[in-house]
Amino acid sequence: MTAAIRLKGVSRHFGSVRAVDDVDLEIREGEFFSLLGPSGSGKTTCLRLIAGFDQPTSGAVEIFGTDATATPPYRRPVNTVFQDYALFPHLNVRENVAYGPKVRGDPGPVRRRLADEALDLVALGGFGDRRPSELSGGQRQRVALARALVMEPRVLLLDEPLGALDPKLREQMQGELKALQRRLGIAFVFVTHDQAEALSMSDRMAVFNEGRVQQLGTPQEVYDRPQKPFVADFVGSSNVLPPEMVERLTGKAARASLRPESIRMGSGGVSGTVARRYFLGSATRIEVASEGVTLNVLLPKGSEVPATGADVSLVWEADALHVMPGDDHG
Amino acid sequence: MRSRAALGLKIAAIGGLLFLHLPILLIFIYAFTTEDKSYQWPPPGLTLKWFAVTWNRPDVWAALGLSLRVAAISTAIAMLLGTLCAAAVARSRFFGREAVSLLVILPIALPGIITGISLRSAFSVADIPFSFWTIVLGHATFCIVVVYNNAVARFRRTSGSLIEASMDLGATHFQTLRFVIMPNMATALLAGGMLAFALSFDEVIVTTFTAGQQQTLPIWMLEELVRPRQRPVTNVVAMVVVLVTFLPILGAYHLSRGTETVAGQGK
Amino acid sequence: MADVAARARNSARAAALSRVSDALWRRPSLLLLALVVPPLLWLGIVYLGSLFALLAHSFFSIDEFSGLVKYELTLKTYAELFRASNFDILVRTILMASAVTVAAAVVAFPIAYFAARHARGRWKAAFYLGVMLPLWSSYLVRVYSWKLILAKEGILNWVFETLRLTWLLEAYLSVPGIGGNSLSVSWTGTFLVFLYIWLPFMILPVQAALERVPPSMLEASGDLGARPGQTVRNVVLPLALPGIAAGSIFTFSLTMGDYIIPQIVGTSARMIGQAVYQFQGTAGNIPLAAAFAVVPVVVMGFYLTLARRTGAFDAL
Repeated sequence: MTAAIRLKGVSRHFGSVRAVDDVDLEIREGEFFSLLGPSGSGKTTCLRLIAGFDQPTSGAVEIFGTDATATPPYRRPVNTVFQDYALFPHLNVRENVAYGPKVRGDPGPVRRRLADEALDLVALGGFGDRRPSELSGGQRQRVALARALVMEPRVLLLDEPLGALDPKLREQMQGELKALQRRLGIAFVFVTHDQAEALSMSDRMAVFNEGRVQQLGTPQEVYDRPQKPFVADFVGSSNVLPPEMVERLTGKAARASLRPESIRMGSGGVSGTVARRYFLGSATRIEVASEGVTLNVLLPKGSEVPATGADVSLVWEADALHVMPGDDHG
Repeated sequence: MRSRAALGLKIAAIGGLLFLHLPILLIFIYAFTTEDKSYQWPPPGLTLKWFAVTWNRPDVWAALGLSLRVAAISTAIAMLLGTLCAAAVARSRFFGREAVSLLVILPIALPGIITGISLRSAFSVADIPFSFWTIVLGHATFCIVVVYNNAVARFRRTSGSLIEASMDLGATHFQTLRFVIMPNMATALLAGGMLAFALSFDEVIVTTFTAGQQQTLPIWMLEELVRPRQRPVTNVVAMVVVLVTFLPILGAYHLSRGTETVAGQGK
Repeated sequence: MADVAARARNSARAAALSRVSDALWRRPSLLLLALVVPPLLWLGIVYLGSLFALLAHSFFSIDEFSGLVKYELTLKTYAELFRASNFDILVRTILMASAVTVAAAVVAFPIAYFAARHARGRWKAAFYLGVMLPLWSSYLVRVYSWKLILAKEGILNWVFETLRLTWLLEAYLSVPGIGGNSLSVSWTGTFLVFLYIWLPFMILPVQAALERVPPSMLEASGDLGARPGQTVRNVVLPLALPGIAAGSIFTFSLTMGDYIIPQIVGTSARMIGQAVYQFQGTAGNIPLAAAFAVVPVVVMGFYLTLARRTGAFDAL
């Protein structure tokens, strides 16, 4: 299978700032792929390089096996949903969606039909005559989606499309986006800083930090076997145990990640003192100070929660402790 | 306590506005006075005859015509150059960007007389005789900033991703210009153009240095103020100038209402 | 046939445009250059060129016998500025500009404060237009209106007469320095007209600065125990300062460079603008006119540097 998008040694430097630094990436046809990372990690720049809004300082961008590095955005078979939606304020909803067909040269009736079909697809049939300013955030989001999809892109780029929505709507849109992607069968490249969103929606994901890909894999792989401390901490706030402690426990002198939910209260394990407790509703998180390290422990609802200052002993299954091969700068 | 302070403030504020506008109203009354030798108040009587007298004065018509032509052409030049400059400054960060915006603002930040005498010196050094075009040269120069300010404000408010969205959907630079940028900029440019027109139509200081023997309407008025010939005609012309300049300003206000203030003040 | 040819021409044109578009995308600096070069050429050649011509002229001198400009570099013309009669002009102008600026700030503040904090809806629009209209238009007409107001037979004298206060006006006019034969030929008259003409240039930036003060800040001040007067003094005024500084750039600069107002209303003593106008015109002494004109430029240079420190440029 050919890759939909392939980045080959792509860098984008702004002066001395390496926004994207020697990134190799392959996005497959028809998959839901997330670029996850904190702000300034290079994920959005990466998306802009794929869309063609920006050009790499070095390296190549291939789209369906063709070198697109020197192809302007208006000739790339990809379309974008912008973070601020970027709906044209001087056009109504239908004209917004019909914009692509219009500049392509489609005759009026065709444009109208395509636009209305695309609006139906996002459940906004009948909204064609409204102005973007008359719509809610969620509706604008759908118009932006329809406007991109009407071009029948083979890859859809989404730049933090759910960032501006409230949590409830956000959850609903996550489900709809995922369903839409399955139905259309095209690749979605999804930029987000929300690790839960990336984990729940993606087929595969790339975790970015400081312009580089820290780890690439399925959500399962990234969550269960983080390769680097940054990934362990950023995805799911894992405990990162220092090499000395890991050596004593396993004999290997390397850092290891340990998920808070894998830790239980028991006897004969690592002992420590409860420093703080946080009630989270469905669970309680406690911070346990042990040998100079603070371990986060997630206790499911119903389990016994020790008091602050209590001495506790922590245990976990042997395979819960994942020794990490890399450090953050490798 | 608070309402009393607000009342005092209100009186002061309304007093200030009256201070700004009563003198202009006074001109309107004087345009109807029967007294033609002095500025006698209250006017001994009211008449419409000075409108007829003014109507039949070829020198007034000539000056009005010149002013309108100068304002139209200066505005056109200023709209082109001001928009280009605004696009460059608002859309990209480049070396010398600050210097460019300073250069645009300079012609109104410095007193008009500096612009005037500078142009005069340049014409004298370069041996350029005074003409219609020397007037336009000066007017266009200080009108650029007016268009620039309006355009730059609109560019800044227009999300940069609109242009990217357009190109993402298949539009080239030129299609983007035609289908996205121009429709979004139109009212701001029109407003800027109207202000530039009013500014040029009204300008007198720079013009005295660049006009030679030709008389724009303000220059004609200045002559009449310094060496009065027929005072009532001057009053009528003054009233006409007020009306002609108020209209484009009201238009500009209407166009940019609710979007931004008509930014950038200056002569 | 013709139709086919036209369509072919059209598509050839479209292809050419799209090639240009590609080039602009590949090299964004080309696009920037295309945007910035035309205005820079105009301003650079017409305006900076002229300013340079002015500066150059100020270093030339006038030949006393022929009355022609001698194109040799000299500081002689600048030395002439310091002759008593000329130096008086400089001092007089700067004093006037300072007085007008201070007065404009005092008069503008309540108007701007009211417009920014209390006026709503239609009132706000009325205030805005009420300041905009005189700012943009009818400079000469507005000067002229004061000639009518201040004339001996004009409305102001009539008001004083009607109120039986003519003695007060006469007492005021007899004060040396600010008085004169009548208001229209006194420094007070000149001052009033300057204040009137440039006032809108002070109101707008102050109003803009005040509008940027969030109301919650005033509530915070009140919450912390400040009386309204204290809030204005300790919170509002400091925050309005950049606006006042921005406005003062206009009032100061415009007063310094104006030659029409003192020519129409005022005494026979000249200001810088009049000196520039007369030296270049009737006297034909462009070098001295240029040297005079350089003074406001230098003064404004200092002024702008000072104003920059107060953040005035953000309030423009």
